[in-house]
Amino acid sequence: MADGGRSAGLPIVATGLAYASGGTAILEDIDLTLERGVRTFVLGANGSGKSTLLRLLHGLLAPTRGTLQWGDRGARPLGQAMVFQRPVLLRRSASANIAYALDLAGVRGAHADRRVHAALQAAGLLQVGDRPARVLSGGEQQRLALARAWALEPEVLFLDEPTASLDPAATRAVEQMIAHIHAHGTTIVMSTHNLAQAKRLADDVIFLHAGRIAERTPALHFFSSPTSVAAREFLEGERL
Amino acid sequence: MPTVSTLSQSLAVAADLIAGFDPKLVEIVGLSLAVSLTATLLAACIGLPLGAAVAVARFPGRGAVIATLNALMGLPPVVVGLLVYLLLSRAGPLGALGLLFTPKAMVIAQTILIAPILAALARQIVEDAWAEYREQLKSLGVNTRRAALTLLWDTRFSLATVLLAGFGRAIAEVGAVMMVGGNIDGVTRVMTTTIALETSKGDLPLALGLGVVLISLVLLLNFTAQATRSWAKARFG
Repeated sequence: MADGGRSAGLPIVATGLAYASGGTAILEDIDLTLERGVRTFVLGANGSGKSTLLRLLHGLLAPTRGTLQWGDRGARPLGQAMVFQRPVLLRRSASANIAYALDLAGVRGAHADRRVHAALQAAGLLQVGDRPARVLSGGEQQRLALARAWALEPEVLFLDEPTASLDPAATRAVEQMIAHIHAHGTTIVMSTHNLAQAKRLADDVIFLHAGRIAERTPALHFFSSPTSVAAREFLEGERL
Repeated sequence: MPTVSTLSQSLAVAADLIAGFDPKLVEIVGLSLAVSLTATLLAACIGLPLGAAVAVARFPGRGAVIATLNALMGLPPVVVGLLVYLLLSRAGPLGALGLLFTPKAMVIAQTILIAPILAALARQIVEDAWAEYREQLKSLGVNTRRAALTLLWDTRFSLATVLLAGFGRAIAEVGAVMMVGGNIDGVTRVMTTTIALETSKGDLPLALGLGVVLISLVLLLNFTAQATRSWAKARFG
């Protein structure tokens, strides 16, 4: 998927990772490996550290302790993208938002135009490509944020509760896009509150409890027979 | 002591001056606009990038820079006038340029007066936007310089209001232009200095006429700014 030269950002290996903010520990003792092509879902209650973990893995936050290795690199490689719960779009047209991201990645000219077009098409946003991004509906804005990430052809795509503020129809559209992006070879790392969504999409689950990894299992096992007490309680709470 | 009747007579004469495009009045208004618009443009070229840079960059002493910018917003025009006067006077470091008592000196003084205002207000606006955009832009791999430029463009409608605030301050101030321009008839006489002079001479019609023009200009500008902002909000979100 990614151009040959920058396809070295996987696997992502975290060793003894910890993050604290203002003296409060948010994540502790995180050891994990993220392999190419896998859809890993980060689950856990509010405040369990899901968003922080994604930001650490994406390189937006520096860990307080521990090390992170992206493939053979010690610094965050290109070829990653992130979609946030609330899309942040620039005050310009939808297509210009995608072109801006491509420009930062060094993709310009006719090549960039083609990618913008393809990304808008994949997101079903061709008709609104010329409209200002910030007046699109919430669902359209999140699809545009995904299209922007997709146009970058990332090796790894991080998604932090991308459907948390969307209605069911918009959520379906976003899930379809994520499946589409994954089918093209992008590794997915996503957090969600929506267990049904995790069941539909996840290959692998990382369950966080109070800032630690309580369990890490294939999705099928996680939902049928969770091994940790915290995960069992979490899943039972959801069934009530 | 002017009475109500002299006031109304003066207003009538002032209205005639405005309606008839009195050449002297037009010349004074024209110079005022030219000086203050040029100063606003120059101050924008300095203040907006400076404000955006301070908003986005993290460096030692940043808090002191912000406090200084905010304090300089209240710079007294007469102090700016005095400083520019000292710089440009024949014995001063820039005396050889021969700029004192010219419109250029007035532009310099007003630029110094309002550049900190533009910088401080832009810093606040861009920093608020940065709080919202930071993670997304960093995720896309933006550097500090590009972030500042992106945010300046994305906050352009709010910054237009900042420019108007700066222009309003420039065109309404008396002290600095009086000291470095000298209020020379036909050369450096602007609306505010003329109003001050004519009032002290007791020639109220011209002073009142200019006063009406000045207030109308400021009102017009602010209504335009308001309308532009609500249009932009609806159009661009």
